[in-house]
Amino acid sequence: MIAESGHYALVLALGLALIQSIVPLVGVRWRDPALMNVARSTALAQLGFVAASFAALVTLHVTSDFSVANVFENSHSLKPLIYKITGVWGNHEGSMLLWVSILALFGALVAAFGNNLPLTLRARVLAVQAWVAGAFYLFILTTSNPFLRLPHPPIEGRDLNPVLQDIGLAVHPPMLYLGYVGFSISFSFAIAALLEGRIDAAWARWVRPWTLMAWIFLTLGIAMGSYWAYYELGWGGWWFWDPVENASLMPWLAGTALLHSALVMEKRDALKVWTILLSILTFSLSLLGTFLVRSGVLTSVHAFASDPTRGVFILLILCVFIGGSLTLFAGRASALKQGGLFAPISREGALVLNNLFLTTACATVFIGTLYPLALEVLTGDKISVGAPFFNLTFAPLFIPLMVAVPFGPMLAWKRGDLLGAMQRLLVAGIAALLAIAVAWAWARGGSALAPLAIGLAVFVIAGALSDLAERVGLFRLPLATSASRAMGLPRSVWGTAFAHAGIGVALIGIVCETTWNSEYIGTMKPGDAISIAGYQMTLEGLIQQQGPNYRELVAPFTVRLDSKRLAVMTPSKRTFTTRGMSTTEAALLTRGASQLYISLGDPTADGGITARIYHKPLVLLIWFGPVLMAFGGLLSLSDRRLRVGAPKPAKAVRGLQAAE
Amino acid sequence: MKRVVLAACLVAFIGLSPARAVLPDEVMADPAKEARARELSRELRCMVCQNQSIDDSEAPLARDLRLLVRERIAAGDSDSQVIDFLVARYGEFVLLKPRFERQTLLLWLVPPLLLVGGGLALWVYARRRVKDGEAGKALTAQEQARLAALLSAETPAKEP
Repeated sequence: MIAESGHYALVLALGLALIQSIVPLVGVRWRDPALMNVARSTALAQLGFVAASFAALVTLHVTSDFSVANVFENSHSLKPLIYKITGVWGNHEGSMLLWVSILALFGALVAAFGNNLPLTLRARVLAVQAWVAGAFYLFILTTSNPFLRLPHPPIEGRDLNPVLQDIGLAVHPPMLYLGYVGFSISFSFAIAALLEGRIDAAWARWVRPWTLMAWIFLTLGIAMGSYWAYYELGWGGWWFWDPVENASLMPWLAGTALLHSALVMEKRDALKVWTILLSILTFSLSLLGTFLVRSGVLTSVHAFASDPTRGVFILLILCVFIGGSLTLFAGRASALKQGGLFAPISREGALVLNNLFLTTACATVFIGTLYPLALEVLTGDKISVGAPFFNLTFAPLFIPLMVAVPFGPMLAWKRGDLLGAMQRLLVAGIAALLAIAVAWAWARGGSALAPLAIGLAVFVIAGALSDLAERVGLFRLPLATSASRAMGLPRSVWGTAFAHAGIGVALIGIVCETTWNSEYIGTMKPGDAISIAGYQMTLEGLIQQQGPNYRELVAPFTVRLDSKRLAVMTPSKRTFTTRGMSTTEAALLTRGASQLYISLGDPTADGGITARIYHKPLVLLIWFGPVLMAFGGLLSLSDRRLRVGAPKPAKAVRGLQAAE
Repeated sequence: MKRVVLAACLVAFIGLSPARAVLPDEVMADPAKEARARELSRELRCMVCQNQSIDDSEAPLARDLRLLVRERIAAGDSDSQVIDFLVARYGEFVLLKPRFERQTLLLWLVPPLLLVGGGLALWVYARRRVKDGEAGKALTAQEQARLAALLSAETPAKEP
């Protein structure tokens, strides 16, 4: 019954989406507020039905109803409750259901909190949102039904892939999807603006909080996924330039560019056409990511060609939405009036430069990801594009961008003073030089470029702090005045500083981890001790244990520093009975921002075990940086000016009418 | 994140277990040569894996390739000789960083061209807009007359 109800709720949601795709637009045409307001109710009701459908699938997983194919294939009655729940989206059908649930959530949020939007704009935004939702409901119902029943229900399920039985699965995909799908709002706003045929600073003000929200989630989602891979996969890597990672990085790069260009549009009424295009591109890249991951085209072009149902459906969605929106853009964009002139050296100019680098970086990832696929389809030749390619092309794009980052906030709108900005960044520059000197003196081995990169990172962080110091008049004014000024600063200023500093912090982590990490690979027997980065590690023994749905071999290591006992680390190797697969549970010991990392290999015949032990200096900064960036985003989001649903300032309304 | 999202999302990919790569018995005695081998390994693809270098992969093929690389280095090959040897044997597919050739022309050229082209386009656009802006600033005779009329109609305004 539950499965059928869930299925039916999804069908009803599709029906509602179809109504919402058409009726509000008719309402706009006939200038009928009642019809336009239909969108509001349907968006809210859609969320209700999709949530019911999702809840049904969760219930089926929790109660281990193996008569449902999806539960049978991905669950096991002995699996801990948390993984029964997270297992819902640890598979294709369930994760698509999560996708549309989040889409419905965002649609409902616009409906609920969009009271300050002009009626026609809201009707159009929700209609566009419903087109997207409708297409994906149809996709799920026709090709990926999670509620399919099995004619002969088995007694036990096949269990979830052990790699996924981790808390990471509870956090990472929902976060990532909140980001991916969140960009659908800026997409819908962009299409609605093109349909309206007008766009102004007020539009940017409405769109920015949504974009910012999506960006925060995507940032955290990517960082979280990276940390998950780092500790779960057992060889200490944290970014692999894998197509699936690239699929999430592309919308992030485009979304970051969008945040900055929307800022120019909001403040200066410039870059309108570009902002609209970026909104479209960002969500298109989210769709592309969904296609790449969902269609199986990455595993093999041939696999995709032999079972193309799902892939072709998403490809169709992709073509219709991207093609349609770009066609609309081509037709309507020229009608949008350009505002706000600015000199090349200005805050706007800096933000344009930011956009140039970010979009080029995004295009680099795009071409690197799709080139091998395209080449194979067109010529049959197989090439590989992997980490060495991306490291070589990506770094040269990000270095100048990072040099420019501290300058942006220091420049005035319209016409900036580069010399003045340089003077104000003098302290940051000196800090960077000091950092280079210290890193160079301290470092043993490693690339000669590493200290320079550290200097760059310090420059970005110190630049962000200088901006704050400059604004509050630190050391120029009495401390009390500075403090009260700091309280009075808009939160978005603090947000900018935090987000920019976050990039620097992440860079320090990346450079330290890649340049100065120490590694030991060897076979150890109980009682053996090794020394790494000043720590002494002793293997105490090998213990067999039984977990809820796995057996594990645990190898406790005692860690000593200067013969003082610090901790016991317990890496293990788990063998899952149902699938016969094993996972490596790495043990991590955090010392400040650095970590010791042990992962086990296979036991040897003579009673030893292969161990890989790493010392990773300042590695945690890699993820602390993005968290700082997301925190900065949150601060900006909480700024009164941008708060979702905040009362509209009278000025914005006037601006809107004047733009007609 | 690679394997994880991948595994989370890609049913087809499930089944690949985490990698542990280089094993103790493979390590070369000479640390300098071993470092070269590791460096090279990161640029070579394990051809049965998905986007994993032979340095990261635990697949038997990756181990064979790692041993092969070390064998060539021990035999006195230079880095590029090792690469050439592997490409001759396994094709371009083995390289994670494709060589600059006719068929990878676009791959290598698009990023720099986009940056330079985008920069140029912006520069031209900015110049044009500034010119337009200046042109737009000057009032036509008609506008001048209207402005004069408006100003004279107002109560004596302060000089601009």
